[in-house]
Amino acid sequence: MLAMNYRGPYRIRADRNMPLPEIVHPQDAIVKVLRSCICGSDLHLYHGLVPDTRVGTIFGHEFIGEVVEVGSAIDNLKVGDRVMVPFNIACGKCAFCQQGLYGNCHESNPEATAVGGIFGYSHTAGGYSGGQAEYVRVPYADVGPVVIPPWMDSDDAVLLTDVVPTGYQAAEMAGIQPGDTVVVFGAGPIGIMAARCAWLFGAGRVIIIDQVEYRLEFAERYAQCEAVNFRSIGDPVVFIKTITDSLGADVCIDAVGCEAAGNAINTVLGRYMMLQGGSTTALHWAINSVKKGGIVSIVGVYGPINSLVPIGNVLNKGITIRANQASVKRLLPRLIEHVQSGIIDPKALITHRVPLEEVADAYHMFSSKLDGCIKTVLLPPSM
Amino acid sequence: MITDQTTSEDFIHDRKHSYAHIKGWGIDADRKNDPTYPIKQRNNAEHRGYSWQRPLPQDKTVEILQSVERPNLTAVFGTSVPPAGISGMVRRVAFKYSESSYGRWLPLMLADRVQVLEGIVKDLSSGHIPNIPKELGLSSEWKYNRKAMLTKAAVGLLVAGAVIFRLCRSGKRP
Repeated sequence: MLAMNYRGPYRIRADRNMPLPEIVHPQDAIVKVLRSCICGSDLHLYHGLVPDTRVGTIFGHEFIGEVVEVGSAIDNLKVGDRVMVPFNIACGKCAFCQQGLYGNCHESNPEATAVGGIFGYSHTAGGYSGGQAEYVRVPYADVGPVVIPPWMDSDDAVLLTDVVPTGYQAAEMAGIQPGDTVVVFGAGPIGIMAARCAWLFGAGRVIIIDQVEYRLEFAERYAQCEAVNFRSIGDPVVFIKTITDSLGADVCIDAVGCEAAGNAINTVLGRYMMLQGGSTTALHWAINSVKKGGIVSIVGVYGPINSLVPIGNVLNKGITIRANQASVKRLLPRLIEHVQSGIIDPKALITHRVPLEEVADAYHMFSSKLDGCIKTVLLPPSM
Repeated sequence: MITDQTTSEDFIHDRKHSYAHIKGWGIDADRKNDPTYPIKQRNNAEHRGYSWQRPLPQDKTVEILQSVERPNLTAVFGTSVPPAGISGMVRRVAFKYSESSYGRWLPLMLADRVQVLEGIVKDLSSGHIPNIPKELGLSSEWKYNRKAMLTKAAVGLLVAGAVIFRLCRSGKRP
């Protein structure tokens, strides 16, 4: 089948000779991919920052598709169903899944205990093939996948597998109270969605910070928030203090993760030398910009090794830090309601639709922020 | 630790004892003091004891490297790209260390880079010459960022030319 094939940092091949997936467990399904996306966190793999990203891996944890084969234990899906597949692979039975922590399943990743299984996200996340392919194996298919409602646009559905839940959970974890000032670091798709969702929790003011002008313009329009380029404000922490009566924001959200720009030391240690789990600049700013007793919500992805953060300030300011991979299955019912009622318009994030055959160009375009790229959808040959 | 032999009953805590002898036990307990809400849906498993009926195990048909922080494989796992070659040897060493150790992660980063070279060798040995510019997605750079691409190329050529010129000149000196 045709699939993307990782060959090393910044190198990707559209490969027509990738093996077709097979049912290897009674709870498996094989899904014919209808759409997949390139996620901002895929770029961490693409840039070679995630340990145990093996050459030959198929990326892609945001996808929808049509069920073409089911395992013997699957009784809630049938061949022909169109499903959206949460990016987390969750058994639904372990103690953590039973508590709604579907992003922390204990029965889906033998290679690491800190993270549950994720489609196409290195062997550190279980070694599963991802959805940037024509077909994909979906484990625990009776647990995660949700049949796409007939009224739902496919472009909305594919963004409900990660972007919308992650952005929403970023705002949810922030414990936003009516009237709160919320600062979102990162104007990628997740940050833009977090800014949009902050309003749903009653934020009084939402400010998004990035360095890419076209993304800030998009965020300002889409999320109806203030957009600030950190290259034009001097020290972002001082700027935020200045616009919040010198006390800091009530809530800060890190929607950047390990490839943050803005601090040379962090960039060198985290991105070039890889001696920490990425560049922690956005997290630094979040911790130092939030007010005493405030909340920092982290959805940006970092690597597993030690990272430099101003933990002393976390203590001294009495900050609450909340973080997790989005629990997509838990959130989907509410988010589907929001899409149906028009409160959230996921597909408006999509700027590019690219044939899967041109996946290498699509990654480069997204990585280098060319042509105003915000969100790219990959279309398999049958589409 | 939960092993393949562990039953859910083994994990039920026996907390029949009383805390009456601890003066003030639970007097300030506040159920609202829960920063995990609404992410974690508490079901008292923390106190009752974690237990679950494990899903049927997937057959292990390829080598799976397993975290030393687990007693067993998870019920399902990915089977893409099993460890092989020199990079596989490095990965096996890495997996002898816990997830909190540099001994785990730095060798894995090394193995990732080694495997890039192995991938090129494998491509060439199977008669496939990798189209590196295409794999780098440079046609999108040419399409959307041509001026910068040409500038970078020109600067690169100038630097390379200067270095070669310098080396040639120094080679001619007695």
